[in-house]
Amino acid sequence: MAKLVSLSDGVADLVRDGDVVALEGFTHLIPFAAGHEIIRQGRRELTLVRMTPDVIYDQLIGAGCARRLIFSWGGNPGVGSLHRFRDAVQNSWPGPLELEEHSHAGMANRYVAGASGLPFAVLRGYTGTDLPRHTDNIRTITCPFTGETLTAVPALRPDVTVVHAQRADRAGNVQMWGIAGVQKEAVLAARRSLVTVEEVVDELEPVPGQVVLPGWAVTAVAEVPGGAHPSYAQGYSVRDNDFYVEWDAISRDRDTFRDWIEGHVLKVEVQA
Amino acid sequence: MSPDYTADEMMTVAAARQLRDGTACFVGIGLPSTAANLARATHAPNLVLVYESGCLGAKPDRLPLSIGDGVLADTADAVVSVPEVFNYWLQPGRIHVGFLGAAQLDRYGNINTTVVGGEYDDPRVRLPGAGGAPEIAASCGEVVVIVRQNLRTFTERVDFVTSVGYGAGPGDRERLGLRGGGPRVVITDLGVLEPDPVSCELTLTRLHPGVTTDQVRAATGWDLAVAERLTTGDPPTAHELTVLRALEATKREKRGGA
Repeated sequence: MAKLVSLSDGVADLVRDGDVVALEGFTHLIPFAAGHEIIRQGRRELTLVRMTPDVIYDQLIGAGCARRLIFSWGGNPGVGSLHRFRDAVQNSWPGPLELEEHSHAGMANRYVAGASGLPFAVLRGYTGTDLPRHTDNIRTITCPFTGETLTAVPALRPDVTVVHAQRADRAGNVQMWGIAGVQKEAVLAARRSLVTVEEVVDELEPVPGQVVLPGWAVTAVAEVPGGAHPSYAQGYSVRDNDFYVEWDAISRDRDTFRDWIEGHVLKVEVQA
Repeated sequence: MSPDYTADEMMTVAAARQLRDGTACFVGIGLPSTAANLARATHAPNLVLVYESGCLGAKPDRLPLSIGDGVLADTADAVVSVPEVFNYWLQPGRIHVGFLGAAQLDRYGNINTTVVGGEYDDPRVRLPGAGGAPEIAASCGEVVVIVRQNLRTFTERVDFVTSVGYGAGPGDRERLGLRGGGPRVVITDLGVLEPDPVSCELTLTRLHPGVTTDQVRAATGWDLAVAERLTTGDPPTAHELTVLRALEATKREKRGGA
């Protein structure tokens, strides 16, 4: 059964230096507060996994938490580039960043394989592109039934997956709805998991389209209202698109970035 | 005489006109999303918009900034997981049209959105990467590309093949086992290019009003093929412009508050 913990205790217990860490949330329900706590606790040498390393990974990369990135799309959605990500790849600032790059279909299937306890996933994908030239983790396989050549990608098994959801009950059962992305697969693929939620309630009222993660499949739950901002939690908040636009200017320059992290992440008081 | 619309507006309108009512369209963010929503608000009210966030049949009343804005989930026929949208909906060929942008494009409609210049490990410019595009380009019934035309983008050779058009030419898609039809049309701010039925090479088939062939050639990094029967497209109608501008205005509205 999932433990109810504070955010700082949850991150301290579950996210360790050198871990393979997945923070998921496809535009919706991105666990920003947990990402900021990882920065505050000074985690280093992480392999960061995420389909869309958008602003949250731009922050973790710029803050020096990451050694490696496994991803499929690294941009600021609807705005443009991720400047900290680009600075790391193009200029090794604040340190070199090793990349393993996939397509969305490939990443999604890698989580599915991890959640399913399989060593790899099969898909029709990547064929004819230059992506397989740059990683050994995209290969071909012959279908034993039809002889067709298909693409194989290995399972993703993060040491820890962190996601945000709308609600949990006191037994740690987690409920999310709206765009559910790949969070269920990412949690089930991981060895440990931390879920931040908008609120902990006595009883989970059913919601159309809900995804429920049973408490016994989750390691820890932390109540963090607004923990997805500037992403959003359907039913609780809307996406702060203005912030995503503002991030472009904040992140373009190393000094303005450092000032922002200092003022908005490092110096923030967190309830213990 | 200057027209009372911009080249970008012409491009968006021309792209919207490519989308047929009742078809399902896999929509990327930015220009494709604007054009698809314009089509749905004008001639194609039953166009099914599919966003990679898992929103099937989204009917937004304002332009989303991202592929996962709440308005897409709120208005969708179904919201499915990301593995499902790719495995059950895109991969089997259920989506008729894939709508893509490009940072670089070559004469066979191959697309780069990954790196420009230098080596892969040490690029001059690191772009966002693949996202859903490789499988959209592979598996949709056909692909519509919308991209501004200039020498930086229309290159003899793309620095990285992120998404396959016609590969190195005729027969390549079949050889690679790609089941979708590939790029049917490329809409730019200057005109319209379509693959030659035999050579698969992108060929200028239509100019936007007021644009010359020489202008298009000068914005193309290879020796551009031009159709024998080159036509000039219709300018945006007053209705198309009104709807487009109203949609664009929704992007500028202050977003916030729950």
